Amino acid sequence: MNGSHATGSPYAPYTNDERTAMLESVGVDDVEELFDIPEDVRFDDEFGIDARTERETRRLVRLVLGRNDELTELLGRGHYGYYVPSLIDHLADRSEFLTSYTQYQPEVSQGFLQALFEYQSLLVELTGLEVANCSMYDAATALGEAATLADRTRSTSGHRVLVPDLLLEGRRSTLENYVAGTDLEVETYPTDDANADRDALAEAVDEDVVMVYVENPTVRGTIEERLDEIGDLADDADALYVLGTDPVALSMLQRPADVGADVVVGDASVLGLPTSYGMGLGLFACREEFLRQVPGRLVGASEDATDRRAYTLTLQTREQHIRRERATSNICTNQAWVALRTAMHAASLGPDGMVDLAERGVRRAADLAERVDGIVGVKAPVHDRHHLREFVARVDQPARAVAEDLERRGFAVHVVGEHEIQICVAGVPDERLDPFVAALEEVAR
Amino acid sequence: MSDDPRDDRARYDQARYVENGQYEPLLSEKDLTRVEIGGDGDEDGGSPLPDELTRDSLELPALSEPELARHYTRLSQMIYGIDSGPYPLGSCTMKYNPKFTEDVAALPKAAVHPDRSERSTQGTLELLYRLQDYLGRIGGMDAVTLQPPAGAAGEFVGIRVAAAYHEHNGEGHRDEVIVPESAHGTNFASAALGGYDVVSLPSDDEGRVDLEALEAALSENTAALMLTNPNTLGLFERDIAEIAEMVHDVGGLLYYDGANLNALLGRARPGDMGFDVMHYNVHKTFATPHGGGGPGAGPVGVVDELAPFLPAPRVREADDSDSRSGEPTYELFDPEHTIGKVHGYQGNWLVLVKAFAYIARLGDEGLADASATAVLNANYLASRIEYEVPYGPFHHEFVASAGDQDAADVAKRMLDHGVHPPTTKWPEIVPEALMTEPTEVESKATLDRLAAAFNAVAAEDDETLEGAPQRTAARRIDQTDAARSPRLSWQALEDDD
Repeated sequence: MNGSHATGSPYAPYTNDERTAMLESVGVDDVEELFDIPEDVRFDDEFGIDARTERETRRLVRLVLGRNDELTELLGRGHYGYYVPSLIDHLADRSEFLTSYTQYQPEVSQGFLQALFEYQSLLVELTGLEVANCSMYDAATALGEAATLADRTRSTSGHRVLVPDLLLEGRRSTLENYVAGTDLEVETYPTDDANADRDALAEAVDEDVVMVYVENPTVRGTIEERLDEIGDLADDADALYVLGTDPVALSMLQRPADVGADVVVGDASVLGLPTSYGMGLGLFACREEFLRQVPGRLVGASEDATDRRAYTLTLQTREQHIRRERATSNICTNQAWVALRTAMHAASLGPDGMVDLAERGVRRAADLAERVDGIVGVKAPVHDRHHLREFVARVDQPARAVAEDLERRGFAVHVVGEHEIQICVAGVPDERLDPFVAALEEVAR
Repeated sequence: MSDDPRDDRARYDQARYVENGQYEPLLSEKDLTRVEIGGDGDEDGGSPLPDELTRDSLELPALSEPELARHYTRLSQMIYGIDSGPYPLGSCTMKYNPKFTEDVAALPKAAVHPDRSERSTQGTLELLYRLQDYLGRIGGMDAVTLQPPAGAAGEFVGIRVAAAYHEHNGEGHRDEVIVPESAHGTNFASAALGGYDVVSLPSDDEGRVDLEALEAALSENTAALMLTNPNTLGLFERDIAEIAEMVHDVGGLLYYDGANLNALLGRARPGDMGFDVMHYNVHKTFATPHGGGGPGAGPVGVVDELAPFLPAPRVREADDSDSRSGEPTYELFDPEHTIGKVHGYQGNWLVLVKAFAYIARLGDEGLADASATAVLNANYLASRIEYEVPYGPFHHEFVASAGDQDAADVAKRMLDHGVHPPTTKWPEIVPEALMTEPTEVESKATLDRLAAAFNAVAAEDDETLEGAPQRTAARRIDQTDAARSPRLSWQALEDDD
């Protein structure tokens, strides 16, 4: 009993006898009779895709992916390669977690609901805001959802959304698509030595502004110093103050609630996922006053018929399957399993481990910048700021040539300007730093 | 033996004990430890940042690895997944997720940063290129983007591509998207997110698109018609060629919602039916795990005419195929009139790796057989249950009516019989709908057991149904109370006490 035909799906468990009995019960001789497809739109050709054994398929994927070079990635800018403990793979891969779906029947989904409730609670502690949903796709789409929230809840007739001029292109472009169906317009404000230029913002913010977006740390790894003043600016204009960040940064940096943030977005999979070619987990938290306008799924506590605590998806009248075109978002399938992994990773670190991970990100970035600064032809950090995880270095040689030479020596860095490279220490083992500095020494002169 | 009926629990439910009145305490109820931040400047143990840039403290559970292993193992035991038993959740295609796909996604060489050079990520680009090609063949589409991270995100891309196309042709005035009454809720929401007015289309008496109503709805303002085929009743839209012609005649585009593609593999392709743009739900049709709600992936395929508008970047074979190895090289490129990006990077990469592996494993015959068996299974199951199935002939799913019973109660009672129930109360065209999609992975024996569960519940009285479930770890959960006084975090529970 291995597949329904000799060449059929290996995951359809029939013998021919069973199939015959089933056809009989249905009342047809051949399964093809069940397809009610007019002749003129039938597909009588083949896809031309060869079937393979499991072993052959694994080999194929291994060979294809084998073409990826093995590099030490000193890369960040929103996507990080922190070490993920084995505990997380082994437990998150338990098939009950992996093979269930959205908890439409909470009575048989208590475990996942509780894990998501714990994830939401983690974000509530980290942000200081009262409400966190149980996932968006990634930081870019969470930012887009924040803008549509601003559109729905604005108290003015304004239409301007302000974002930093250094915002990642992927986030900016995604945001543009999310607001394309509204009358909102995305504008940039200048940065000063990589941080938000508070004075320029003060001039830019007026009653037409519905949202001000700031990231901490910034895309260049610098730590914002005037977040509360920017919050006041947004507040005075009745604009939504949206902060972009991540769980590691949140473990140490100023609490968003304390600087007046209304919404926090970002990539939560900084914990939980290894580098995954940009796959993420959209973090979305907000003040309680926006509860009925939150996009995405929310898990709440309730009681079951025996008065014991139980969890369930709640406030579903915000969602597409009930509210359709008046829903707060079109999201259905989300990133729940990644949220589970993030919650697990945070739990395995504990509060000490999380703070330590963040603080080491500051120390290691500063240490590496100092070492790199000692190299002839390199100046680092470019920005006179505190840094988390990453920093920009100025190179005398063209940055692209430096990056290509480094790649030949087994290291990947970002090129962020004609003579600027960006270097990230998150997830890079200590023993790779000496060889990196040596390689940079060779290529930078 | 006690008389407590709860001792007789369904077999899948391993959560058999209760601790302090709770099924499993929250992490925060096991421990909460507050860590102070700041202090001695940059000395060991102090913060490396000035106090004004840091928070004061952080309070979270601090538990050992063994404690966490037990916590999450226990949580996993209180979840019903595909590996627990049949999961005939209509429209969700809950098919078995082959284990080996986890192994290929976990290959160390799959763990790459998205900002790496194209030269150093040829493996990733080749896999994406080959998946684009596979999906194009399967859907009959000319060009594919893999960026959308879910089906609804794919719909949104389709809507944005349609908008860009019309705008490009000087027809930006088109402001309506037509969606059948029985469509997935995401269709309405995605069109609205794109800024369109949604025109709802009633079904005809047989459950298909009403051509007269469509004629009336179509106009020079029509940007697109979004359609699922087979539709949410499992019925093939027999008039699809005519529908396509009608939509195209007014200058509109035809969008295919790929949620039900598992019915058609190797039998019909959206591209051949006249669809201009479609999304694929790889977590449905191509068996990547649903993960308790996600991640999925919702690649979008289009005809040639729309390819210049797809999100950036896509992957293509580079011209310089004269590389040392003789292997083709791949590169990223931005389509000429791209709508830009709908995800920060390239979507849910790890999910795409699994989908590629599934398609490469099954090949033509396996994919065609998956659909044949999915359709046979749905028809066989329907033939064995006593609830009425008002519309047909259906394909991979059917919608039964619970008749005088409340469909939501029927679902709760089915839990007591150890199976996951179907999707309920939707589509609304069928009263008290039980939307059932067994997929190809169930054996005859399992389908018989599933049918027995349906039939046992069909024979039960309302009181039994309303009291269900009786045998699960958690009994019926109070939804009203959850929504009336939202408690969305352990912090909120503390406030409550």
